Amino acid sequence: MSSFWSITLGTLTKDIRLEWRSKDALNAMLFFSLLVVVIFSFSFDPNAEESRQIAGGLVWVAFLFSAVVALNQTWARELRNQVLDAYRVSPAPANSLFIAKALGNFLLVSLLEALMAPLFTIFYNLRVLGPAWQLIPVAVLGTWALVVNGTFFAAVSLRTRSREIMLPLLLFPISIPAVQSMVEATRIILAGDGSARFWIVLLLTYDVVFTTACLGLFETVLQAE
Amino acid sequence: MNSIKFLYAAYIATWLIHAIYLGSLVRRYSRLRQQMKELAK
Amino acid sequence: MKRLFPILAVLTALLLAYALYQALVVAPTERTMGDVQRIFYYHVPSAWTAFLLFLVNLVASIVYLVWRNPKADALAVAAAEVGVVFCTVVLVTGPIWARPVWGIWWTWDVRLTTTLVLWLIYVSYLVLRRFSDSSQTPKLAAVLAIFGALDVPLVYFSIWFFRTQHPQPVIGGGGSIDPRMLRVLLINWLAFSCFAVLVCWWRYRLERLQREVEEAHALESLLAPGGPSARSAKAKVPLGRSPQ
Repeated sequence: MSSFWSITLGTLTKDIRLEWRSKDALNAMLFFSLLVVVIFSFSFDPNAEESRQIAGGLVWVAFLFSAVVALNQTWARELRNQVLDAYRVSPAPANSLFIAKALGNFLLVSLLEALMAPLFTIFYNLRVLGPAWQLIPVAVLGTWALVVNGTFFAAVSLRTRSREIMLPLLLFPISIPAVQSMVEATRIILAGDGSARFWIVLLLTYDVVFTTACLGLFETVLQAE
Repeated sequence: MNSIKFLYAAYIATWLIHAIYLGSLVRRYSRLRQQMKELAK
Repeated sequence: MKRLFPILAVLTALLLAYALYQALVVAPTERTMGDVQRIFYYHVPSAWTAFLLFLVNLVASIVYLVWRNPKADALAVAAAEVGVVFCTVVLVTGPIWARPVWGIWWTWDVRLTTTLVLWLIYVSYLVLRRFSDSSQTPKLAAVLAIFGALDVPLVYFSIWFFRTQHPQPVIGGGGSIDPRMLRVLLINWLAFSCFAVLVCWWRYRLERLQREVEEAHALESLLAPGGPSARSAKAKVPLGRSPQ
């Protein structure tokens, strides 16, 4: 069991180190996120009352698109250097690779969110009228929901034509209950109107179900490449 | 009654959708048959 | 078995015609909605049939993942395609019914929205199968089918709760149904189910034949004079699709 986590940690730190050295993907994604926030501000007038009511939804849609940009490059490095073949023949459990990638994406997307959220707050003059601390479980569970399935479908899309469009095509329908939960919970917390408990519990359920599914089926997908 | 038009529209739309799909099956079959003929040569 | 098909096709056509007659003529006219309500006899059976077909796809996908039976995979594709066709019918007839009765085309109610998401999931399934070149596509598609199946209850539940907070008209309504109407509904369901089975069977045969032809093509390129077996060069034709 300890070797599982040591492999996972090793892969994760390697990815972080590589990414931190070049900061290529990170910078591109940061700029993309900024562009998304600005374009949304032009499309949905931040001063209009309606916009403030849908701000919760806008925020998560923006995060979703930025996450897809992050997810698309999940396996790019591995593909370039035939690392996946090495993983297939090594005795290392496939799941340690998956968890490492998912955690790496989680950190990356969380970083993007942490940088975009203040921008949204400023542009849309957001105020949190409900229990603000609840935004943390929503963000954590919601981000994990997107990232765990996103990392999985990124692997499924590897051997398809139009790989970059295949990922959102597979991810978005499956993510609908998670996105709805995130948006509703955020809207409720921002407006201070009711309890977001149901949505947080649903997000938790979604995360448990799909993390289990991903862990159970990743080996199959890895071997299928 | 105007709403009768909707009834006919729904029924026609149903069979139109099925017809389009069945048509695509027929086309795929004939293409397959051609390929089989070429193989038999 | 193959000779049975035309006979069954004719029988099914007759059954469908009978069901149509029942729906348009025999069934009593609904008190509040009028004749437009008869769309119900096409909308609901199509929905039940679509869900059944998607269930067949799920089972076939699991069978394929566990036993790698190519027949199971062919059935999975067939069921998915025909299921999407029936699901499309549901999504088209729903709004056509809603407009004259409730004045709106769409209502994001539980059943229609869940059907929409199911349709999206299975269209993405078919896109995956179309865009994936590898010989391992059946495995990947089967995995996607399982993910879709896990998702559907969550979708239903989340929309259901959302609707309790923001109620809106429900297309298709709840409540009890007149036994005469129920009878017509079941007749139409039987007719459409037979129709679905036949189309699915036809599609399955097409898939099996297609694979045989592909294998024959591959074999031919291997054995042709000047082909890879005549040279010692590496085979350019992928040897995939051998019986698994």
